[in-house]
Amino acid sequence: MSSILKKCFKKSIWVYHANASACNGCDIEIIDALTPFYDVERFGIKLVGSPRHADALLVTGAVSRQVCPRLKTLYESVPNPKLVFAIGSCATGGGIWFDSYNVVGGVDKVIPVNFYIPGCPPRPEAILFGVAVALGLVDKKVAAEYLKEKGFSELIVEQITANE
Amino acid sequence: MFISKLKQVLICLKAGRVTLPYPYEPSPPPEGFRGKLKVDIDRCTGCAGCANVCPPGAIEVTDIGKDWRRIQFNLTNCISCGRCEEVCPEKAVKLTDKFELSTNTKEDLTVTIEIYMDTCQRCARCFKPEHPLDKMMVTGFRQ
Repeated sequence: MSSILKKCFKKSIWVYHANASACNGCDIEIIDALTPFYDVERFGIKLVGSPRHADALLVTGAVSRQVCPRLKTLYESVPNPKLVFAIGSCATGGGIWFDSYNVVGGVDKVIPVNFYIPGCPPRPEAILFGVAVALGLVDKKVAAEYLKEKGFSELIVEQITANE
Repeated sequence: MFISKLKQVLICLKAGRVTLPYPYEPSPPPEGFRGKLKVDIDRCTGCAGCANVCPPGAIEVTDIGKDWRRIQFNLTNCISCGRCEEVCPEKAVKLTDKFELSTNTKEDLTVTIEIYMDTCQRCARCFKPEHPLDKMMVTGFRQ
């Protein structure tokens, strides 16, 4: 996947920011990442006004039922190859609106998502890091954690070996 | 007009570089920042208090058989409110300052722990004995 992306997105990546019923927290963080303080334009990332000019979609918010068909149309109007980023906890899995009556719950239930950036809201650095992961510049830093306590049989074995 | 432009240049030069050199240098979050959660399995007693208070319902508790309890933290829904850290009686859950959680699969955003518990002789539900040695005694008695 990353090798294909490296070939496809050699040059500047233009993003379109889609607000799918977000609370504006993540939107402000995206706009913060575009300010001169973080200055993403040095990496060629640029905000564009039309989805037809865009390479990547930044989707924020738990998708409500009203915005669902519009988001589908928006996704179809982005030319191929395209990237979709789900930014914020609401976009990745529904967030605190996971059981609301008017919410579909997560962007991945409506359109295919390439990269998830959780956080409520994610830091502008986290958004920068997510785009860097997508472009294959750095490796991702999280993995599924699985911890298991010692069971009865293992404790018995430990006790026996300690006594010996 | 020319002089005013010169003044502007001077102001810009005085300010120096303000852009954050983030990808090349690490940018640690401010103190008190709440990021990815971390669970200490030796302290957890499986009381499921965190699952009760979690606003997005991101913590799932399931009993596997009679002796094992699985607690799954779904960080996809986590809003980093820190309620689990507040209510944990044993201080097993801690919110660290990790914020670089971007990934391409949702499976990476789960923390699963499995705890060995005892079975109550009366109601057959899981509970955690006070001392680790106690659970050996009780289970041995049951068998």
